[in-house]
Amino acid sequence: MNKNFSFKLHFPILVFGIAAPFLFPGLQLQIATLWVMVLFALTWDIMGGQMGYNSLGNILFFGVGMYTSVLFQVGQFADIAEYTSAHGGDSFTFTNAEYYQGLIIGIIMSGVVAAITAALLGWTVFGLRGPYFAIGTLGMAIAAGELMGTWEWVGAGSGISVPVFPGGAHTRSLLFYFLTFGAAILTFVTLQWVYKTRFGLAVNAIRDDEEKAEAMGIHTVRYKTVAWSISAFFVGISGALFGNITGIIEPLEVAFPTVTFGIFMVAMTLLGGKGTLWGPVLGAVLFHTLKEVTWTYFLGWQWVALGVLIIINVVFFQQGIMGWLMEKFPEKFGIVVENKEATR
Amino acid sequence: MVLVAAPVFNVQLLLDGLFIGATFALAAYGLALVWGVMNVKNLAQGDFVIMGGYIAWWLGTQGIHPLWGLPIAIVVMFAFGWGIYVTIIRRVIDKDLFTSLLATFGLAIVIAQLLNLMFGPEVQTAESDFAIRQILGVVTVAEIKVLAFVLCGILALAVVIFMKKSRMGQAIRATAQDPRAARVMGIDTDKVYAFTFSLNAAICGAAGALISMIWVIQPFYGISYSIRSFVIVTAAGFGNLPGVIMAGLGLGVMENYSGFVLGAEFQQATVVGLLLLVLIWRQIQQRKLRQVVS
Repeated sequence: MNKNFSFKLHFPILVFGIAAPFLFPGLQLQIATLWVMVLFALTWDIMGGQMGYNSLGNILFFGVGMYTSVLFQVGQFADIAEYTSAHGGDSFTFTNAEYYQGLIIGIIMSGVVAAITAALLGWTVFGLRGPYFAIGTLGMAIAAGELMGTWEWVGAGSGISVPVFPGGAHTRSLLFYFLTFGAAILTFVTLQWVYKTRFGLAVNAIRDDEEKAEAMGIHTVRYKTVAWSISAFFVGISGALFGNITGIIEPLEVAFPTVTFGIFMVAMTLLGGKGTLWGPVLGAVLFHTLKEVTWTYFLGWQWVALGVLIIINVVFFQQGIMGWLMEKFPEKFGIVVENKEATR
Repeated sequence: MVLVAAPVFNVQLLLDGLFIGATFALAAYGLALVWGVMNVKNLAQGDFVIMGGYIAWWLGTQGIHPLWGLPIAIVVMFAFGWGIYVTIIRRVIDKDLFTSLLATFGLAIVIAQLLNLMFGPEVQTAESDFAIRQILGVVTVAEIKVLAFVLCGILALAVVIFMKKSRMGQAIRATAQDPRAARVMGIDTDKVYAFTFSLNAAICGAAGALISMIWVIQPFYGISYSIRSFVIVTAAGFGNLPGVIMAGLGLGVMENYSGFVLGAEFQQATVVGLLLLVLIWRQIQQRKLRQVVS
């Protein structure tokens, strides 16, 4: 995509992102969730689109980040076992300084721990190819949720609550809105840069033919691990932020929502077009907007509609919106279609 | 430990595990068939099972004995499988592997949600009105479980004989070996694929109908049956029927034991943990293989 076109897109999005919470004060949380969705789709695309490793369990890092963040936010100032047994916030109050210190360290650590988890797990699952990888990662995410639900120290099935924000409700939603927006922008910029480097090329080579890539001297395991860690880092951060937005972390529905967010991230990327930079963003925006607008009118049929959307998308419209646009108007994307007659 | 203090409990756990494991093996055999012949990884496998279970259960509420629901479930699921093949599977069969996986995943969501809308999220059991016997003092054995076990065996045997003897079975095996050569020899591979997929759905339906009688069904239990089938097939391999049976029974027993020893909340985690173990084990095996070749 040429620079000019890209800039035309960047600028309005940036303006919208900054102005949105003031223009639509009632929708702050919905738009914040939108940025989380954008982040999800972008990070899924590193693995699924660019590297050809379709993970169904990336949501694992969401939960890991969420729990890590809370543990760091609380653990610096209080005993966690006491905190969870007292069911969180009310009996434990944090001062302003404590809260913000905890939040900053929690967010950073959530990304780091998620990335380390990805690196460790990668050692186990990267020998798996294709469907085995997808099922293995799906299994991991389900198992993580179940195991967290039995761990007393972090509150088991009833979950753990996040430290109470020391300011007003308005400040709180504004703060977390900009944090999620910032996280999404950071993810986008990082990926834009990463895809331009040798790393992006190597990852694409793995997608196209892993054996050949290895024969060409690309250390595939290392690239795969790093790619997954990058993905996990950002998902972990989004988990920390989302946990703080919801206020209470419950293992199955909030922290490891394999059947909601875990599927959404795949569906959004496929809808927008996998393997492209803007595809996931477009898919996430479309999907989330449609979902927020129509979800309640489906009266229980929304999940059926989601499943049907995935099937139709996969069976009939595999290239996604961006892929379709690229096929239709290749010259707009800087792809030069060679004139076959002339080159012959 | 109660298991050591009262060894007879082991018999109870073992028997229950074997009874439920037989249905796992049946569903896994269907997956092995589809995977081996069509190279389609059906993630909706478990939802086919649950769907079969709901057919038998629903007929039970209408006054038809669930044992009669079994053949009806087989027929209905066969037709359903054919419909799914024509609308979805035919279009993804020659695409890359993840496409079929994701398409069937979408299908799994649709089936689970439709069942939820139609029958509600409650846990159900089809009442079969068979007696429960006591053996060895405290061990209880429900007659329906024994009957289901025997029926599983008969169904599996029927499928094996069908695959060996019938014309269609031969065509399926030929297609599995080499689809292109089979086409050259005049086999309508599209029809073979359709039949294989429908047969799988029918097998799942039978397994589900039995499960609805001996255990519980719920719209969202499908995914764990899918994962179980994958565990079994991955551990045993495709063409290995004795392996599938052993792995199925073994999984049933192991799950029952872990449910008893660790607590019921670990049951699903056990299945998933076993899946990961099997995958890692396979990887180690292949690494060995690679070293031998090079």
